[in-house]
Amino acid sequence: MIDVNRKGQVWVFAEQHRGRLDDTPLELMSKARHLADTLGVQLGALLLGDRVSNLTDKLIHYGADVVYLAEHPLLGAYQTNSYAQVICDLIHKHKPQIVIYGATVVGRDLAPRIASAVKAGLTADCTDLQIGDHKLAKTGEVLQNLLFQIRPAFGGNIIATIINPQRWPQMATVREGVMPMPEPDVKRKGHVVKESVKLSPQELPLDILQEHTRPRKVDLKVARIIVAGGAGVGSKDNFKLVWDLANCLGAAPAATRAAVDLGFIDHDHQVGQTGTTVRPSLYIAVGISGAIQHQAGMAQSQKIIAINNDPDAPIFHIAHYRILGDLNKVVPRMIRAIKEKAIKD
Amino acid sequence: MAYNLVVLVKQVPDTKRITGEAMNDDGTVNRSALPAIFNPEDLNALEMALQIKDTHGGTVTVLTMGLPAAAAVLREALYRGADDAILVTDRRCAASDTLATSYILSCAVKKLDYDIVLCGRQAIDGDTAQVGPQLAEKLGITQITYVEALVGLQDRVIETRRNIGNGWQQVRARLPVLLTVVGEANEPRVAAAKRLMKYKKALTPIEVDTLAKTRSDDPSAAARAAKSMAGQLESRGLLITQWDLDDLEADLNWCGQSGSPTKVHRIQSVVLTARQSKDIEPCQAGIDDLIHELISDKVIA
Repeated sequence: MIDVNRKGQVWVFAEQHRGRLDDTPLELMSKARHLADTLGVQLGALLLGDRVSNLTDKLIHYGADVVYLAEHPLLGAYQTNSYAQVICDLIHKHKPQIVIYGATVVGRDLAPRIASAVKAGLTADCTDLQIGDHKLAKTGEVLQNLLFQIRPAFGGNIIATIINPQRWPQMATVREGVMPMPEPDVKRKGHVVKESVKLSPQELPLDILQEHTRPRKVDLKVARIIVAGGAGVGSKDNFKLVWDLANCLGAAPAATRAAVDLGFIDHDHQVGQTGTTVRPSLYIAVGISGAIQHQAGMAQSQKIIAINNDPDAPIFHIAHYRILGDLNKVVPRMIRAIKEKAIKD
Repeated sequence: MAYNLVVLVKQVPDTKRITGEAMNDDGTVNRSALPAIFNPEDLNALEMALQIKDTHGGTVTVLTMGLPAAAAVLREALYRGADDAILVTDRRCAASDTLATSYILSCAVKKLDYDIVLCGRQAIDGDTAQVGPQLAEKLGITQITYVEALVGLQDRVIETRRNIGNGWQQVRARLPVLLTVVGEANEPRVAAAKRLMKYKKALTPIEVDTLAKTRSDDPSAAARAAKSMAGQLESRGLLITQWDLDDLEADLNWCGQSGSPTKVHRIQSVVLTARQSKDIEPCQAGIDDLIHELISDKVIA
């Protein structure tokens, strides 16, 4: 662990695969930028790989002040030990106060290994991060500007706010798709710090024999928020409303079988008995009547908003929020409300 | 060759089965009303260990840290085919976060001979998936997470297939390794009737003490009865091993609250309003209010 270091930077682990940056670290940049600005410190991105220096500009455009670039032929393919070794060394060298990882397969494999080696705290699968003060119950002392690591626990039945007051860095993994993607600013300036990397074969205990990945299709099962459109949306062009609402919420776009059959969207996005069964925190049903086959695939959603102009639509029976109205007016109003809220925060 | 297999399991509240009886009047969850179950993916880890034993021979030792009641999952593991079971229980373990938990478990695993340590990917009460990798680091061994299939095992070399979300990866490593196993890996076997009949009598020393106390009001008589009962169980292979932190020679600075860097700042209950619903006016003001409510309920960020 490192000592409490108020001047320490906020870091984001910039996960890349085969020289391509993942969406998740870019999503984390807007929140990390906000945390760094609140604390008055710089935002650092941690980029490991083999010949990945071409990615540094993109990280700066998305909000990084500094990119720590660790390049080595042995970092080409991710392995737990080699990546953990390099990041532990960088943590001890630069003493960041916060390190954030995406809660991806790699992030959830890597971050606990680092936390154990550094003997620092780690909170898994956060859905929000904030800066706040904590009052110690025993002494009444107030610890200022700690990282509030906010996550659902106990099967989603409680929301816990976790802190790590003493043994820094404060570290968290953050769920994919819960933070909106920031707009890149190609005029932003930052600088790159090249780190020397020493690795021995000991840090590479795995032989990666084969790897098969599909191009990343939409994975509705892991989406926390889903915006789904039905036949009521009317046309493929008009289905853009569903995409726009999904984009501004960091949500996955989805559809009923009827909408898929009408060619509004690809089959990968279909929710229902013959499509994917989903249990997101929030399901927004746009122009969906709510046939039982569709309900079978989404009725377990924690919160359901239904937008429909038919007061007798079955979807209204299972919705938590019923909006009776024209989706062409309601959806743009929702987008406006979300964007205004985002600006105020 | 035969392998020493250690499986880490956890007793968890069944968070997936929240029924009306498990709800408080204010809509929050009454945790004590939820049944305690064998963490689902730990059953997959146990099944993988049992399959290795079936093919190659060896021993399967099941280890859990928890309250005395966690002995129930050890018995379930014995019904399914585990050879040995160990309960780590100590009041000083309370309030351990994942780092302290992995330290305590590492002290216990280091007392055993092991070639392969198997854990479920994650437990359904916390869903952190952190203890496996943290334990591997503390043991100084290779971790292979998200294992969905054992592809090969020969001498000291293991090949597994990992589920990497949008595909899979096949990796080879030298033992010792720690595997975290996902639910798709296998179909856990059910309890064997013969083993169930035998091991339902298996008890931990703490359970023996409790039982003796219910049978006698005289403390010294109860202690004598407990000792004799424990001796009888042990001779029949039915006394479950029980360790406390002293047995583990654990450094108390790294256990429990003092060993846990993370602290809880606040807990908010999510009020389940599944049967309640609300009409929202389709005008801008109505929708603004809705978005505001969703943000303050943390439904959207």
